[in-house]
Amino acid sequence: MNRKPAPGLYDYWPYAERPKIRWPGGAKLALWIAPNIEFYEYAPPTNPQRKPWPRPLPDVLAYATRDYGNRVGHQRMMRVMDKYGLRGSVSLSAATLIHHPEVIALAAERNWEFFSHGIYNTRYTYGLDEAQERAMIAESMALIRQHTGQNCHGYLAPALSHSEQTIDLFAEAGGLYTCDLFHDDQPTPVHTRSGRRFVSVPYSLELNDTITYVVNKIEPRRYGQMIKDAFDRLYAEGEESGTVMCVPLHAYQVSHPHRLRAFEEAMDYACGHAGVWKATGREIAQHYLEHHYDAALASIQSANHVGREGQA
Amino acid sequence: MSLGKEFLDYPMRRHGMDQDRYAWSMLAERAPVRWPGDKPLALWINLSLEHFPLNPDGAGFKAHGNMTMPYPDLRHYTLRDYGNRVGVFRVLKALEPHGLAASLAINGEVAVRYPALMQRLARTGFELLGHGWNMDRLHFGGMDEGAEAALIADSLAALGPYAGQPIRGWLSPARSQSHATPELLRKAGIDWCADWVNDELPYRFETANGALANLPLSLELEDRFIVGENLHAESEYADQMIDACEFLLEEAQRTGHGRLLALNIHPWVMGQPHRIKHLERVFAHLASRSALLWNASPSAILAAAMGAATL
Repeated sequence: MNRKPAPGLYDYWPYAERPKIRWPGGAKLALWIAPNIEFYEYAPPTNPQRKPWPRPLPDVLAYATRDYGNRVGHQRMMRVMDKYGLRGSVSLSAATLIHHPEVIALAAERNWEFFSHGIYNTRYTYGLDEAQERAMIAESMALIRQHTGQNCHGYLAPALSHSEQTIDLFAEAGGLYTCDLFHDDQPTPVHTRSGRRFVSVPYSLELNDTITYVVNKIEPRRYGQMIKDAFDRLYAEGEESGTVMCVPLHAYQVSHPHRLRAFEEAMDYACGHAGVWKATGREIAQHYLEHHYDAALASIQSANHVGREGQA
Repeated sequence: MSLGKEFLDYPMRRHGMDQDRYAWSMLAERAPVRWPGDKPLALWINLSLEHFPLNPDGAGFKAHGNMTMPYPDLRHYTLRDYGNRVGVFRVLKALEPHGLAASLAINGEVAVRYPALMQRLARTGFELLGHGWNMDRLHFGGMDEGAEAALIADSLAALGPYAGQPIRGWLSPARSQSHATPELLRKAGIDWCADWVNDELPYRFETANGALANLPLSLELEDRFIVGENLHAESEYADQMIDACEFLLEEAQRTGHGRLLALNIHPWVMGQPHRIKHLERVFAHLASRSALLWNASPSAILAAAMGAATL
């Protein structure tokens, strides 16, 4: 395979001197919470490039750890979000619509958004050919429409496993935004081969509870402080031009009894500020596409034109 | 490049779980559990007493805590052995002033090697749980079923003389199971296991030899996991245990649904001299909440949660 040195999905665009983003109501910061509602399989086929579980099957510990989110965690997290008037943008393993419609109903009755996170979080994109990946994406979107009535506008690849075509395929299927890119604190235009108007909405790895708790092994109270610190900075910068802050969650991590309070305190802090737009991923993408996308394209073009002249 | 058809085929996509061990249900939707005396929170403290052999073969995988250096890895062997010589006595002493009860999950090899320790432990009257043979003889998918049955039988036989009653509960080393473990445990007379951490209350768990119960022993609240794997400070560990206690108390009191705080403690971790005072702070906090806590043996907690009829 001919591997590219860079994804080529977006152009360089300095954070300084961009056209001002204005969020609805004059808000400085768009806050969105992305609960991952996932299903991890007991006995998935083993992808040649990535083992689903570290231990020999059955990996009882890993499987049960995830199942805790569905049995115990979602309602705890929902209670905190309800308290602060936060609607979730659900990153959904579409198979959960079939396995656990009871969980989906809880999110749907709260008017949460659903977007695609593949079929299962134990089925990776690696090795799928283009037709297979297109079919997988299409099925996940069709399941969301069939079970929730919503058109799926966002995508986060299952277990963050990508191909070179992932974003093109999702845009061609009618998607508006991707959560797979971590290059910015504001939405940005994304190149697609179809030329469709398509954007990246900042998700976050650094504030993602699974990354903080499982990968970076952060203490619960420190996680709460990190969210507050990120909020302070993005809120202050939002004075100049609107910023986006996302807190991606997994009920199997954040909802444990020694952890949920830290998230609650952080939301209490953030939501105690005026000028915070409590949004969903779709609302951010649509607002940006309607009001800021064209100005962004012009600004990017001009910034890079100047850059080339400077080099010459 | 493409993948085989099976990668887009989902034979177990159906309502509920993708295996047949237990029924799908959400904790918040179940009939409320009520503990004796109408206390909102049950407290289960378990001490895991473990033997890490100097010559592990690592079959299945290498459990955390195992030897990592070239043979003979004296540093890790002795650091783990410390828990059974020194640490456990510190932890028992920390429980004592508060009258806190624990259960003891003990590797069979500990019992065989250290009868003097077992005699001391038997005097506590704490419930003994099977905990496999040692931390290298794991139960894992693909192992020989006869060998696994022998591991279970040997483990229970080693603890038997000190138990005072038939052993009912089981915690697999590293919470690892093969596909056959639940069947073999039931066949060996075990009533419940603690390996599946997908819940906070016990639930019915199906085997081909009749039902077990699963009484989850939290991994996320375990000392070895927090201090040993996540490398959090011992003071942080204590804060997290206290936060968990307060969170569950609040939820139980608000909803009227009994909750369970299940703490697994390794004397080789928290029994170190620089850590024990932090464990003592946890115990002191739990004791300060004793009016609201029902501290009991796991089999008593299971019976109160599920009723004898369930098993």
